[in-house]
Amino acid sequence: MVKLKYDIEGGNFNRAGNASSQVKRVLKQLNIDQRLIKKIVVALYEAEVNIVAHAYEGTMEINISPEKIDMILQDKGPGISNVEQAMQEGFSTASQKVREMGFGAGMGLPNIKKNTDLMEIETSVGVGTTLRMTKYLNNVE
Amino acid sequence: MKVSELIEKLGLTAFTGAVGVEREIAGGYTSDLLSDVMGNAKEGNVWITLQNHMNVIAIASLKELACIILVKGITPAPEIIEKAIAEEIPVLGSNENTFNLNGKIYALLN
Repeated sequence: MVKLKYDIEGGNFNRAGNASSQVKRVLKQLNIDQRLIKKIVVALYEAEVNIVAHAYEGTMEINISPEKIDMILQDKGPGISNVEQAMQEGFSTASQKVREMGFGAGMGLPNIKKNTDLMEIETSVGVGTTLRMTKYLNNVE
Repeated sequence: MKVSELIEKLGLTAFTGAVGVEREIAGGYTSDLLSDVMGNAKEGNVWITLQNHMNVIAIASLKELACIILVKGITPAPEIIEKAIAEEIPVLGSNENTFNLNGKIYALLN
């Protein structure tokens, strides 16, 4: 079992993607199937950007076993008041500044769902959000 | 086609010099929405955009895109060029608008 953990800084777009990029490097070293790495990277990056765009701080935890990769992104932040709405393509609460950078198109959570096998959101308004994602390693389409 | 040939044929500005110009191009993707590129661009694509900040480099690197082409004479800031060089992502520039540039690249690649 390989375990990784990274801190994510809220609001710092210059560093957004750094944690995902480090995980990608490790997955390549572990010789995980390229097609799976591509999907995992999309989901991780979107989740990382969500923390940067919406939360104060957070962490990315990765547990890699021969069967699957579990990814847990936990943040201290505003939480999500309506998860069902947040999951809809096109819905976003991102600020104008974030949208001008080309984020906040409401495609992040749908991208995560498309690229993972399991996805679960636990959130508390005013406290924070935990996103759990799983990718099975024997499930290459 | 290699990135270097695209630079030569279209007279593009290479902000990152010779970095990554030997990369082989496999099609392209045009979008200014970062999640759209993240979700739909493919490895080896040319990415045509007017977005000009650090996250563009991060996405191009994560997706292993062939290069980024900034339209309408947009010039990236020195720190963006620096990051692109570190990530070995060619950042190119064109004075054309997105529509015209798309057409020319499409014709060259197909």
